[in-house]
Amino acid sequence: MQAKVYVTPKAGVLDPAGKATQKALHSLGFEEVRDVRLGRYITMEVEGDPTEVTARLDDMCRQLLANGVIEDYRFEVGETGVE
Amino acid sequence: MSGGGLEVDEKAAIEHGLTAEEFADVCRAIGRKPNLAELGVISVMWSEHCSYKSSRAVLRDLPNDGPRVLQGPGENAGAVSIGDGLAAVFKIESHNHPSYIEPYQGAATGVGGIMRDVFTMGARPIANLNSLRFGSFDHERTRYLVSGVVAGVGGYGNCVGVPTVGGEIYFDRGYNENILVNAFTLGIVQADRIFRAEASGVGNPVLYVGSKTGRDGIHGASMASTEFDDETEEKRPTVQVGDPFTEKLLIEACLELMEKDAIVAIQDMGAAGLTSSSVEMADRGGVGIRIDLDKVPKREEGMTPYEILLSESQERMLIVARAGAEQQVRDIFDKWDLDAAVIGEVTDDGFLRVLSGGEEVVALPVGPLANGAPIYERPYAQPRKQAELQRLSLQDIPPPGDYNRTLTRLLATPNIASREWVFSQYDQFVGGNTVVRPGSDAAVVRVKGTNKAIALSVDCNSRYCLLDPYVGAMTAVVESARNVVCAGAEPIGVSDCLNFGNPEKPEVMWQFREAVRGIRDACEALALPVVSGNVSLYNETEGRPIPPTPTIAMVGLIEDVRLHCTQWFRNEGDLVVLLGRTREELGGSEYLAALHGIVRGTPPWIDLGVEAAVQQVCLQAIREDLVRSAHDVAEGGLAVALAECCISGPEGRLGAEIELEASIRPDAWLFGESQSRILISLQSRNLTRLREVAAAKDTPLTVLGSVRGNRLRIGRLLDVEVSELHSVWSGALASLMAEDGVEAG
Amino acid sequence: MMRCGVVTFPGSLDDADTLYSLSEVLGVEAVPLWHKDRGLHGVDSIVLPGGFSYGDYLRSGALARFSPVMDSVVEFANSGGLVMGLCNGFQILCEAGLLPGALVRNQSLLFVCRAAHLRVERNDTAFTNSCSEGERLLLPIKHGEGCFVANADTLERIEGNGQVVVRYVDENGETTQAANPNGSLNNIAGIVNEAGNVFGMMPHAEHACDRALGMDDGAKFFRSIEAQLARGNAS
Repeated sequence: MQAKVYVTPKAGVLDPAGKATQKALHSLGFEEVRDVRLGRYITMEVEGDPTEVTARLDDMCRQLLANGVIEDYRFEVGETGVE
Repeated sequence: MSGGGLEVDEKAAIEHGLTAEEFADVCRAIGRKPNLAELGVISVMWSEHCSYKSSRAVLRDLPNDGPRVLQGPGENAGAVSIGDGLAAVFKIESHNHPSYIEPYQGAATGVGGIMRDVFTMGARPIANLNSLRFGSFDHERTRYLVSGVVAGVGGYGNCVGVPTVGGEIYFDRGYNENILVNAFTLGIVQADRIFRAEASGVGNPVLYVGSKTGRDGIHGASMASTEFDDETEEKRPTVQVGDPFTEKLLIEACLELMEKDAIVAIQDMGAAGLTSSSVEMADRGGVGIRIDLDKVPKREEGMTPYEILLSESQERMLIVARAGAEQQVRDIFDKWDLDAAVIGEVTDDGFLRVLSGGEEVVALPVGPLANGAPIYERPYAQPRKQAELQRLSLQDIPPPGDYNRTLTRLLATPNIASREWVFSQYDQFVGGNTVVRPGSDAAVVRVKGTNKAIALSVDCNSRYCLLDPYVGAMTAVVESARNVVCAGAEPIGVSDCLNFGNPEKPEVMWQFREAVRGIRDACEALALPVVSGNVSLYNETEGRPIPPTPTIAMVGLIEDVRLHCTQWFRNEGDLVVLLGRTREELGGSEYLAALHGIVRGTPPWIDLGVEAAVQQVCLQAIREDLVRSAHDVAEGGLAVALAECCISGPEGRLGAEIELEASIRPDAWLFGESQSRILISLQSRNLTRLREVAAAKDTPLTVLGSVRGNRLRIGRLLDVEVSELHSVWSGALASLMAEDGVEAG
Repeated sequence: MMRCGVVTFPGSLDDADTLYSLSEVLGVEAVPLWHKDRGLHGVDSIVLPGGFSYGDYLRSGALARFSPVMDSVVEFANSGGLVMGLCNGFQILCEAGLLPGALVRNQSLLFVCRAAHLRVERNDTAFTNSCSEGERLLLPIKHGEGCFVANADTLERIEGNGQVVVRYVDENGETTQAANPNGSLNNIAGIVNEAGNVFGMMPHAEHACDRALGMDDGAKFFRSIEAQLARGNAS
């Protein structure tokens, strides 16, 4: 299975990277841009029992992939090779 | 006249950390019950963090005046004159609790906050130091916390462009679940251009500059005033995120504005944010202040007055400008792409008045907010186990069979090993002033436009403080002074960061009082003023206080930067000389703790008269250009100090042959930590003059041997290749950090 | 006399140190250039300094390349003007396409600050003509993203053209793995463009000009530019 994990700054937590990027987009003329948030996108191949994969991924996110203090996460699981 | 909104009751007040008696005091002071927003304001202003209610009475004893003092405690930072019309502005401050919860951001925002305290005074920050304390390496979170804190210190300082030039790092299981992150910043300013946070001029506009306000760190100040418990998890969303890029712009914009004639008063919005900065500025100036929350730049929708007032969003400042200078302020902040908004004005009624949606939501008298918190004379009592802790019987401790191995093991302990793994993550060069980088007794930064330099050191041996907080705190002062002396500097000012447990416990209060007494006595003996500082209490986890940790930051002045000195041997053939006397003192030593697992006894005694004399001799010798190196003898004693002289130099290693034999128990002679000792190397032709200088101060001087070859040999006890010493010492911390995968939050 | 422009981007940190080293230590004329400037105030050479332009939050150098002043810098470079990027300046030059390759996170994943030995691979460039070939220099490095990478073709071209100007070496001048502070391919510390007028390197020449601060090999890079200009910069 392929898992895609998205880690983003929690709503309300300051995102200096998003702020700086938004400013730069504005200065390039992309005035329509609002609320830029920068996160991480992680892909991985996961083996094992498909019924447990969600719980396992949730553990991975909580323990390592996301910093629960300042970040939210979500993930998708799909068949390998299928977009 | 009321603050509007519903009145709160005693229960709400207690939830905000006030006691029932304090709430009654509040109601009496304002003549009614406060509303929720007002309670929020009062609770942070009366928190331990802002009011110093437990410590203030004790701190009165500290000396804070002297011929060089331009600004003592009570402002954003202290200032001492360094001549040439310039002042050194500095302060050390804790960010312990946030760093335990989120090590990277906690440490980063700690560094950001202390820099704002310094540039608020008009001083350009030129050097950062920090004092970090972690649990032992066998604790599961230690590596995670070390790597997060170090990355956070670097991540912020490096990006802001202020070099981190030194500091100390200790590991002790007493900090397993309550680490300490104390950050220090030094800035330089023209002595007649120091800015203060004293509002004045009725009708002058109040401007908000810097980042927008979000729901960051609400109630951080009261969090810093309570112990950790299992519910701390619930407080997690309060952690602030630092934005060093904005801080860099803020520094440049503020310093540029300060060159104009626009600012009446300026203050950082730190802990307790808009609330404490406006109250403190109004209080210092004896005026009132009115703020309209609708005009505050906000990052999030729908923030309540309570949230806006208590937000601890970083990288924000409050400025009282001269009426008519608003546009000048806006123009400069525009240039740096920063927000600047007029949010209120100075008033004459002595009240903090806060408007929101056209209504007055807070109306509180400034005086009681700033100074009305009760000052507690907390009960104190020596811990019952103190006498037992100080009992040490050396007869029961077998001396080591192999002194070579003892030395190499000591050099590899976390508290003695090279800090290069840490320091290499910090920009040490930016600013172009760093003369001596981390790794010598003190860092040295030059002062541009003069021949002068500043030497800096932060110190505290908390094991000594646990065994005897009075002697331990004295040691912290005299050792940090000795460190800057070894760099060739005259100590001229102190900032202290007093980290202790819960002051409501008489044992902790006793430790606190003893430590302050120790700082006072040492500072008086060395004629040193304490010009700034910070108290961090409630450093406990599940009822256990941390070891008492009064961290001392020392600032020293070098009149001629060319005559600075470093700790490492520099020339083959130089003589090695010891100033001071070695006694049979092993209590509290790193040797006993690390190799015998014994933390007891009394720490080495200090005779303040002897200490002052040793420092004067060393300083005069450096100023007369008699010496090639000078190194304080500290943790690990004479043998470790000699090894450090051999291996810590950036330009290669040198051996030493020490001919003197032990006159006391050999392990005490080699590894005991008797105070008031300095190791010097010098050309033999300068020995006669050095003897004269020492004799004039009745200071013992012993010729130990000479710098020679590629081995460190100490009498018949010890003989090791310096390359081996270097290898264990330089690699130890990195390999300790690499032993396991790093746990993530 | 040399008239060197030093660009300040928001978040530049070593700009003031570069100006100071040029004017106070080396005694040449240094002109501050502001990122919003549309002209170059008649400078004859440009330094893009170190720091964290725009916080380097998206990617090092990625936002700075769009500053108004960069249009003039690119134009200046394309017409043969001498441009030197140090650390963040090197990253910006790569992002702007004035130099090949890219600088990514150090292999250790840690910021690294220390003195590094460099070996001068070529002394016939506008930036190293004051050095001897094979000379070993000591300069500070301080960066989190200094690992030079390029795809195989590009790397081959860079090496084949002799565009590598300085490499990280050990005390004996060898390009060992241990001497490589960040994992850069082939220990590359600095490169020039094919025309030879644009140079970028991670080490900080500006922090190695003043003997009083310990290192002074960095002065040679600025002296080389000066010498090149004196000869009429016929690169």
